Amino acid sequence: MITRLWKSITGFPKPRSKAASGEKLETTTELPPVEMIDLDLAPNDPLSAYLLSASGVVEVDRLNMDSPALHQLKNNQIKLIVPLVSQGELIGMLNLGPRRSEQDYSTDDRRLLNTLATQAAPALRVAQLVQQQQAAARERERIEQELRVARVIQQTLLPKELPQLDGWQIAALWQPARAVSGDFYDFTPFPDGHLGMVIADVTDKGVPAALVMATTRSILRSAAERWRSPGQILYQANNLLVPDIPPNMYITCLYALLDPATGKLRYANAGHPPPYQSNSEQVVELRARGMPLGLMPDMEYEEKETTLAPGDSVFFYSDGLIEAHNPDEDMFGFPLLRQILTQNRCNNDLVQCFLGELSDFTGSGWEQEDDVTFVTLQRNPEPPQDVQERLLIELSVPSAPGNERQAMEQVASVVAELGMHPERLERLKTAVAEATMNAMEHGNHYQEDKPVNIQVSTTSQRLCVSITDHGSGQVLAPTGVPDLEAKLQGLQSPRGWGLYLIENMVDDMEVISTESHHILKLYFDLKGEA
Amino acid sequence: MTTKPFSASVRRQGDAALIDLHGEINAFAETALNQTYLQAEEDSPANIVLNFTDVSYINSTGIALIVGLMVLARKNHRQLSVYGLSDHYVEIFQVTRLVDFLTLYPDEASAVALTQS
Repeated sequence: MITRLWKSITGFPKPRSKAASGEKLETTTELPPVEMIDLDLAPNDPLSAYLLSASGVVEVDRLNMDSPALHQLKNNQIKLIVPLVSQGELIGMLNLGPRRSEQDYSTDDRRLLNTLATQAAPALRVAQLVQQQQAAARERERIEQELRVARVIQQTLLPKELPQLDGWQIAALWQPARAVSGDFYDFTPFPDGHLGMVIADVTDKGVPAALVMATTRSILRSAAERWRSPGQILYQANNLLVPDIPPNMYITCLYALLDPATGKLRYANAGHPPPYQSNSEQVVELRARGMPLGLMPDMEYEEKETTLAPGDSVFFYSDGLIEAHNPDEDMFGFPLLRQILTQNRCNNDLVQCFLGELSDFTGSGWEQEDDVTFVTLQRNPEPPQDVQERLLIELSVPSAPGNERQAMEQVASVVAELGMHPERLERLKTAVAEATMNAMEHGNHYQEDKPVNIQVSTTSQRLCVSITDHGSGQVLAPTGVPDLEAKLQGLQSPRGWGLYLIENMVDDMEVISTESHHILKLYFDLKGEA
Repeated sequence: MTTKPFSASVRRQGDAALIDLHGEINAFAETALNQTYLQAEEDSPANIVLNFTDVSYINSTGIALIVGLMVLARKNHRQLSVYGLSDHYVEIFQVTRLVDFLTLYPDEASAVALTQS
């Protein structure tokens, strides 16, 4: 305990700082100024025990004990000590030097001091408690601020964006139980197109787990730079982690290597909950043996391989999902996870689906017990056969007046095999003729060296005739219904029917303008009635 | 592919002048069509009837030529009628709203009968 004391308190104001008051400290002129000393009263100082048991004012000169504090008091000419005791605890002392009158303290003085001590002690106690609480609140705020910063830093250790692979959907979710987390996931794209993927969970939560998470991520990344085999990467990472992490901590981790071209997925598992591969027909648990990282050196990690066919997905997760509890204390567990996948309760978005299932299971007001992390790899289904496009013909028509008929007849002849309704075929012919004429006239300005290229392709549902000219810049946009009345009154040219006719002959159309071409795509539904 | 060059000729049927159209009505038909129309107007018939029975193709320029004839007919207060259009070109005449200003007949007999009445 450190107390600050004045050699003399009687009749003098408490000293004020000059800087604070802006004025000189005023005291009675002929008396020495107030002087403050710091007194260090250790808990094991015998004076402390003596004052606690004293019944009132204590005369310093009468005390004789081996006490550094008492020695200090005597050196500072302290004559009286008034112990301030509250709830059995010595919370302060009033220390008085000699009276300024140089007389001894009277009995009345001592009575007055005892009364003062009785009232001052509880007030001082309250003030001390308030001070302690304010300090604790400041400390809490400081820690929370540090955690907020730590969370931001930790988030930067997670992938800033998900890998974009043709034919694949990759999604992830990271939801810490506290400000920071021991869960993480990571992706490592390789130059040959392979993709490394990690999901890991450090035992414990909060700051200790977050620190180990950062180390583990770096070690896995550097291992992935040297090795490609998931088992070898885990083996190396484990050996580097064992000496560096506290004995009561370990990391469960799954490392997978995806070949997006073939769908092959090689994986090794260091004690992480097994991912599930699923499609609309079956659900398979992807198991591979291996101890968690950081427990024992030289552990071997079994490496396995599966192939994701189009439409397959793999769901990776941390135990925060499996071990979540509902209000009845039931655990989410593997059976429910499997059931959700088996029943195809998720469509495309596994991450959002499982988040919803978890929320439904735990109910509202759930206090998240553990970090939750999901990663999903989904291989896009192959397009159904009937939407695969088949090219029927490609032709090139010189831009000369009348050649649109040649284009029209050629397209009509190749389309004949599709068995379109005769009236729909007539519309197609008119649309193709008009579009070709438009391309020759407005796109190519009837320059014969600039042909119009026509491509006809079909799915089982729809025919597409694509007509390309050499025009550039602004494409001729459909102008709406021509005003026939104005034309008949001679107020408008009788022409201007081409685009309007095309629009009315097709089921759909698309105008594309590039720097060197206009492309008009005409679509016709094959199944349509007349 | 061979295309049939456009030709047209005029016949009289009472108060109506019938123009028989042959081949394709496109930009190449312009001169012949307009000349034949003027020929049909020579003795100021009240009705001019266009016969499309032998027309295999009409493009948007052809539509514009027909609109041109409609302008002339309107100017000279003549009733312009048509017959012999295929189902597809009836649809085209509907889409372009030409049918709002022309009278469509299924065949020559009904066209002549009604224009005389």
